[in-house]
Amino acid sequence: MSEISLTVNGRQSLVNVDPETPLLFVLNDELGLRGPRFGCGMAQCGACTVIMRGQVVRSCVMPVSAVGRDEVTTLEGLGTPEQPHSIQRAFIEEGAAQCGFCLSGVILTAKAVLDLNPDASDQEIRDALGGVLCRCFTHTRMLRAIRKYAEEKKHGNLPA
Amino acid sequence: MATSRREFLKGCGALGAMIVSFNATPFSVLSAEGQGQLGTRTSHIDPQKLDSWLAVGADGMILACTGKCDFGQGIFTAQTQLVAEELCVPITRVNLIQCDTAITPDQGSTSGSQSTPTNFNSENLALAAASAREALLELASKELGEPVDQLTLANGVISTRTGRSVTYERLLGSKRFNIPLSKTAKRRSPAQWTVLGKPVPSLDRTALMTGQFEFLQAVRVPGMLHGRVVRPPEMGATVARVDEQSVQNISGLKKVVVRKDFVGVVAETQYQAILAARQLVVRWNPGPELPPQKQFFEHLQKQPSHDVLSVDSQDIEARLADASRIIRARYTYPYQMHGSVGTSCAVADVKPGSATIWSATQSAYPTRNIIAKLLNMPPDSVRVIYVRGSGCYGLNGADAVSFDAAVLSQAVDSPVRLQFSRQDEMMWENFGSACVVDHRAGLAPDGQIVAWDREDWVASLGNRPGYDQPGNVISGMLLGYEPEPLKPGPAKPPSGKLRNQSNTVPSYFAGCISGSCGGGGTIRSERVLTHTVRSPFFTGPLRSPLRIQNTFANECFMDELCAHAKADPVAFRLKHLQDSRTIGVIKAAAKAVNWEVRSPRISRPRTGVVSGRGIACVAYEGGNGYAALIAYVDVHLETGAVKPKRFVIALDCGPISNPDGLRNQIESGILQGMSRSLVEEVTWNEKRVTSIDWETYNSLHLDYEMPAIENVFVTPADVPATGAGETSITVTPAAIGNAIFDATGARLRDLPFTPERVKAALLEGRGVGKRA
Repeated sequence: MSEISLTVNGRQSLVNVDPETPLLFVLNDELGLRGPRFGCGMAQCGACTVIMRGQVVRSCVMPVSAVGRDEVTTLEGLGTPEQPHSIQRAFIEEGAAQCGFCLSGVILTAKAVLDLNPDASDQEIRDALGGVLCRCFTHTRMLRAIRKYAEEKKHGNLPA
Repeated sequence: MATSRREFLKGCGALGAMIVSFNATPFSVLSAEGQGQLGTRTSHIDPQKLDSWLAVGADGMILACTGKCDFGQGIFTAQTQLVAEELCVPITRVNLIQCDTAITPDQGSTSGSQSTPTNFNSENLALAAASAREALLELASKELGEPVDQLTLANGVISTRTGRSVTYERLLGSKRFNIPLSKTAKRRSPAQWTVLGKPVPSLDRTALMTGQFEFLQAVRVPGMLHGRVVRPPEMGATVARVDEQSVQNISGLKKVVVRKDFVGVVAETQYQAILAARQLVVRWNPGPELPPQKQFFEHLQKQPSHDVLSVDSQDIEARLADASRIIRARYTYPYQMHGSVGTSCAVADVKPGSATIWSATQSAYPTRNIIAKLLNMPPDSVRVIYVRGSGCYGLNGADAVSFDAAVLSQAVDSPVRLQFSRQDEMMWENFGSACVVDHRAGLAPDGQIVAWDREDWVASLGNRPGYDQPGNVISGMLLGYEPEPLKPGPAKPPSGKLRNQSNTVPSYFAGCISGSCGGGGTIRSERVLTHTVRSPFFTGPLRSPLRIQNTFANECFMDELCAHAKADPVAFRLKHLQDSRTIGVIKAAAKAVNWEVRSPRISRPRTGVVSGRGIACVAYEGGNGYAALIAYVDVHLETGAVKPKRFVIALDCGPISNPDGLRNQIESGILQGMSRSLVEEVTWNEKRVTSIDWETYNSLHLDYEMPAIENVFVTPADVPATGAGETSITVTPAAIGNAIFDATGARLRDLPFTPERVKAALLEGRGVGKRA
């Protein structure tokens, strides 16, 4: 056990855990976050996705000790039910979910790729989503929501 | 829905009007006479009583209870709409509680496209809501001194023509209705609907998209420990020895739990439990060798079987002898997985006299009874609370993990949360059955089908555990219970009403038994014989269970017959149908795509990319939803890759509760069906299942270029609401297979349609009927 300091969704926390513990379990069990979820434990599905340094990270395979000072953003860190982030709003408007278990991977991966390259083509967005799995197959609505967000972002209709 | 389940329940308890004041006496038997739906078990919540379904709070909120739960298919929103519609209140005035054995009526399992027919027609939740409206009108009539037909109802307020009014809460607030469901209560008709039938956005959306939704996997209770199971290396392996010393160095480890062949560990944290499960040394006695996958279907056809004849006109041979051509074909369908994105999870809190299980099971009451059996407790001492997990698509690991969690919790006398590893989930779930279908049919000179003989072999082991068969899933078997036994034996002659038997009977059969014809078609020389064979793996309902397998075989073979008759696939189907609703969806789909009437192509390109169209239809279970799907696909002749480009579906499921929710289900059903058609297949070697993660079991990820999908809804007047969520997936494999044939002239009879199989079929010979 060791004491580890983490900054998650803008809030600093101190946790006392085995440093080898996957970040995901710390987020779920120590910090009570619901956005990232255990899907496979092998970085194959994306359900545990978080953002660090603007990049998507599979929190199920990252030891918490490897996080260091990097800030971690989870799905609930983007926006709130009252004030959802614009990509979340696009997903709400399109009804782009069924069970919704996979959403951290879908929304955060799409956001990360579009933040990096606002002009990403459909093909580039899809390529980025190659490791993300939705077994309800809500693909059509999800890609529509992502496209909507991309368009809004491109045309500068969004607050930063 | 963002409110945590436990807070929400406290809120419901505060209404005080509910059937059970569970805060005070959670497990007391309130009225012992109630019969559980399906006639299986007595429940303490009597479904004949209105108070079992509905209550009006002092604040005017309507509290409704249902035994049909939401796992992402949208039934929570639709049922909320239903209650709001019947009681003439906005949906924000309805609080729906789903599947909690302390509170909601026993409605068996939420499965088989049965929620809509069960709760949206003239029984159960729909009847309760209509009964409540009429009861409130009666009360208002007394209160206001006006006859019921002089009263109007809006927003939970009942008014006279002169403007006097009374609210629901004033009439009833916190008191019980104390009446039975009214058998004569009238549903509001679709023409009157203002809430139902509208594309109401699903109520869970905002919580889901912002990460606030409480999945079962997020449920935490005070003092909770974490478990993991240690499964055998292969089916049939038994515990020889468990070396508890091998994990003594793991900090936080509470206990190694061994009960017969069930092995699990409990620790303070998830990570410690995982380490312990990985490190624990268990010696297993090996299980039997598995039949080789390559010859599995031949193996299946040689096994002892339990046989059922759905229909047998006994004139097949005579009619075939007169046919101008006889066509035969054999279709195979592999084992496939539910493969939920999140592995199954449960939280169990077993105390000496009572147990509470938070579970994502589709079967709250049956699960309660099984857990009671495993814990050696009376069922009334066990409470199962449904909390949504990852989408299940049928019997995934949700039941098994609930049993395991209960056993672990009892062993450590503390609440335990258990989540499976990916391998625990994929190696041991109840797969969708593998099956093989042999068809034989005769054509008359004019192309009419004169006789059709159909024989199939279905691999089966276990199933839903129901109320008393724990051995139907892996946990129960490891704990020493046998799966429901298969009793081999010959078929009896068909009798009584035609049973569609999971769409084993093709839509084109007249389905005559002793002169009474219950089928949807015109073919009167007909035989359907099903052999159920013991499977080496557990099997169970996977979205469109056996309906997708059977419809694939039936609708592709129908297409073969059509090609032999040199007929147009739409016209040929219509010629052999008499069921007006199946005919209706075929015509609607054909119209939507402006179907070009033609017989199969004679010449096709030999290189490059070719395109084709294919149609398939189904009367789901013979009459629980109707769909016709037209697929457009490209086939790359050099690589064998199949690329669906466009799907157009016509669907008739009677009056639609929520068109947006329905579209979501229909579209995703097609895409899931596409994944199952193109890439999904459980694999194994001589010892064990080898598709145990997302690299060894294929599924179309989000990078797949998705086809366009268009929906047409056909809604005849005055028909009941049917199921819909499994219709589109059912017709997808056949529509794709038929489109591949149209594009290439090659007939794909084995699912999935991998590039290797497409290339092999192309080599084997174009044109019809080469492979007999």
